[in-house]
Amino acid sequence: MNWRSFPPSVVVEMRADVRLIAAPFVPAAEMAAFAAAHPQAGGIASFIGQVRTDEDVEALELQHYAPLTEPGMATLAEAALARWPLDGLLMIHRTGVMQPGEPIVLVAAAARHRRDAFAAAEFAMDHLKSESWFWKRELSGGQWRWIEPRAEDRADLARWDLPKP
Amino acid sequence: MSVRLVFLARLADLAGAGEREVAATSLETILGELGSDFTGPRIKLALNGTILTQRSDIELRDGDELAFLPPVSGG
Repeated sequence: MNWRSFPPSVVVEMRADVRLIAAPFVPAAEMAAFAAAHPQAGGIASFIGQVRTDEDVEALELQHYAPLTEPGMATLAEAALARWPLDGLLMIHRTGVMQPGEPIVLVAAAARHRRDAFAAAEFAMDHLKSESWFWKRELSGGQWRWIEPRAEDRADLARWDLPKP
Repeated sequence: MSVRLVFLARLADLAGAGEREVAATSLETILGELGSDFTGPRIKLALNGTILTQRSDIELRDGDELAFLPPVSGG
């Protein structure tokens, strides 16, 4: 069966691999699989976010609300696929407690041309950082502290000039 | 059966738990009992996975889930 015979929504899902996971993952292994799945792409741009090593921070926790977070990530992937001609889009995001150095997020975009891949990956990251349904707290000195939203993240989002949800 | 209230992030700390079951009643009644920490302008509400755009004349039914969402801090 040719992919063109699938309805558009199914094609979108086949091009997008969106995962919210509660256990550690290995970005290099995910990237290898993603590249192998999209041999027709001329370029793949990726971004890894990890828990920065800070002597004061013992752990980071990301809380989510599944009824909103998962559909929100899927909608974001659809928006990126609609805006750039991509062969594939990968979005993996951790939840739960993470240690310094652990990966938090991996975004990768595969496209025929590099500019589309770079732009789509950055677009996805800016939206994940500022308007996705995640709440973050840090463990420091044995105390958990919730992290407030950053104005810089909102400013990054404004560059894409899209209406807010 | 009852209505499940879900409190995210620092609102769970304030509520003393991430979830609470209450008897079905109007949204106005529930918000009035929780107080302004849970109902301020920066707090969004989601009813059964959909963000509420207004808060008047809403009756909650058995099995509903109402989530209290403080501003997100990003992934």
